[in-house]
Amino acid sequence: MKSTKQSTSRARVIVYILLVLSGLFALFPVLWMFLMSIRPNVEIFKWPPTFLPEEFTLEPYTKVLNNSTYLRFFFNSYIVALVVTFSTVIVAILAGYGFSRFNFRGKKILNLFVVSTQMIPPITLLIPYFSMVVAFRLFDTYTALFLTYIVLTLPYAILMMTSYFNTISKELDEAVMIDGGSRFYALWRILVPLSLPGIIATTVFSFLLSWNEFAFALTLTKSTSMRTIPVGISLLMGQHAYEWNVMMAISILGSAPVLLLYLVAQRYFLSGMTSGAIKE
Amino acid sequence: MKIASRSLKNQLVAYRFIAPAIMLLVLLMVYPMILVIWNSFFSNYIIDPSPKWVGFEHYRWALTNDVFIRAFSNTMVFTVSSVILHLTIGLAFALLLNYPINRYAQTFFRVLLILPWVFTVAVVAIVWRLLLDPLGIVNYILSIMGFVEPGLTWFGSPERALPALILTNAWGGYPFIMVSLLAGLQGIPNILYEAATIDGANSLQKFLYITIPQLRPVILSIGLLDFIWTYRLFELVWLTTGGGPGRSTEILGTYIYKLAFSQYQFSRASAVAVILSLTTLVLAVFYLKAQRMND
Repeated sequence: MKSTKQSTSRARVIVYILLVLSGLFALFPVLWMFLMSIRPNVEIFKWPPTFLPEEFTLEPYTKVLNNSTYLRFFFNSYIVALVVTFSTVIVAILAGYGFSRFNFRGKKILNLFVVSTQMIPPITLLIPYFSMVVAFRLFDTYTALFLTYIVLTLPYAILMMTSYFNTISKELDEAVMIDGGSRFYALWRILVPLSLPGIIATTVFSFLLSWNEFAFALTLTKSTSMRTIPVGISLLMGQHAYEWNVMMAISILGSAPVLLLYLVAQRYFLSGMTSGAIKE
Repeated sequence: MKIASRSLKNQLVAYRFIAPAIMLLVLLMVYPMILVIWNSFFSNYIIDPSPKWVGFEHYRWALTNDVFIRAFSNTMVFTVSSVILHLTIGLAFALLLNYPINRYAQTFFRVLLILPWVFTVAVVAIVWRLLLDPLGIVNYILSIMGFVEPGLTWFGSPERALPALILTNAWGGYPFIMVSLLAGLQGIPNILYEAATIDGANSLQKFLYITIPQLRPVILSIGLLDFIWTYRLFELVWLTTGGGPGRSTEILGTYIYKLAFSQYQFSRASAVAVILSLTTLVLAVFYLKAQRMND
C-alpha cells in the first residue's frame, strides 16, 4: 500500500515536470514575441540574445496605436468577424434545430452534404470567388469577405449546434408545443437559453476563424484601408526596413481579442470544439 | 391520412429551418465548384474574353509538369510529417493532461497547451521567422549546446526550409488534435483500467492494450481530418518561404495561388485546384467511413 502511494506521488512529480516542459514548448514563442515587442529594434538581433530587454520601451505599441492605417486593420477585422459570427450563429442555430428535431426526406443526404462541404479546399474556392466577386462588383468590399467567410464557418458551426441540440431532450420542446407554443417559441425561448454553452462555443469558433482568416482577405481586397489584421501583419513583413518590434507589438495587439475571448470562454469551448469533428 | 399530412407539414417546417444554410452553401460552395471545374477545361478563365474549349489539356500539362510533381511530393512530405508530429505531440500532451493531478493545475495546463491554436497564421509565421532567424534564439540555444554553427539559415536554405516549416506547423497545429484525443481519453470507461489493475497489468501494458485500442477510432478520424487540412495548406508556406528558396517548399496550395494570382493562368490553376480537391475527396470518403465506425 505504501509503495503504490510512493510510486503515484513520484509519477505525479514526473507528470508535473513534463507538463511544465510542454507548457514551455507551447508558451515560449508567444513569450518571445512579447519580450521582443518591449525593446528597441536594434536589440532584436543582438548576439548573444538577451532574455529581458536591456532598454525597456513601449514605443512599438504607441507606434501601432497612433497609426491610423494600423487602427483601420483592427476596425476592419472587428466589422468582418462580428458580422460573420452573428450571421453564422443565427443560420447554424436554425439548421442545427432542423437537423436535430425533425425527420425529413433527404436528411441523411443533406447532413452528408454539410459534412462534405468542409472538405472542399478553400484555395480551390478562391479562384471562382475572385471571378464572382469581380463580376458582382464586390471586389475590395466588406460584403465579399462576409459572404466568403460565412461559408468557411457555417458547416462546422452547423455540426456543433446539431450535436449540442441532440444532447437536450426532445420531450422538452414537445411539451412546450403541446402547451400551445409554436416551434419558433420552443426554439428561441426554451432551447436557445438551454444551449448557451453550445452557442458560446460556436460563437468563439466562428469569431476565431474569421478574425484569423488570411487567404480570402489577401485576394478579395486590395486597398490598404480594406485590409484585416492578418493581411496587415503580412504587409509589414513585406516591407524593406523590418521594424520587428513594431511587428511583434501589432501581433500581440492583433491576437489580444481572440486570446481574451478564448480565455473567457474556454470552459464551453473545449467540449464544443470537438463535437463537430468526432462523433461520440 | 391525417398523420401523413401532418408529417408532410412537419417536413416542410424542417426544410424552412434548414433552407438558409443549404441555400448559402449551394450558392457559395456548389456553384463555385462547378465554375472551377467547368473553367478548367477552357484556354483561360477570367483573363481571356473568349476562352476556347481545350478539354483535358491543362490536366495533361499539370501531371507532366516538373513543378507540379515537385509541389505534390513536397506536399506529401509536409503533410505526412505534420500529421505524425501532431498525433505524437497531441497524444503525449493529452495523456499528461488526463493524468489525475490537482484540478486547477490541470485546467491551467490545458488552457496553456491549447494556446498556439488561437493565433492567426500570420502571427505564427512572423514569430517563427524571428525564432528561426540566423541570429535568432533557436540558433543561439542550439549553438551553445554545440549542435550548429551560429548563423545557420532555416527558411532561407533549400535543405532546411521544409523541416523548418514542418516544425512551425507542428507548433501551430497540434492543439486541435490534442483536445480531440483528450476527449477520447476521457471517454474510456475507468472500469477497464480497474480490471487490468486487478489482473496485475503495469502502466505500459494498460496503455498498449487499453488506451490505444480504445482510442483507435478517434486517432483514425482525427488523423484523417488533419491530413485533409494540412494537405490543402497555403497560408503558412506563403507567409514564411513563399514556396522557396527555388521550389524547395513549393506545395500544391502555393503553386495554385501563384499560377492564378501571380501568373494569371486561372484555368491551369483551376485544373491543379480540381486535382487537389479530387484527391481530398478520396481522403474524405475514408474519413466519413471512419466516422461511421465510431457510431
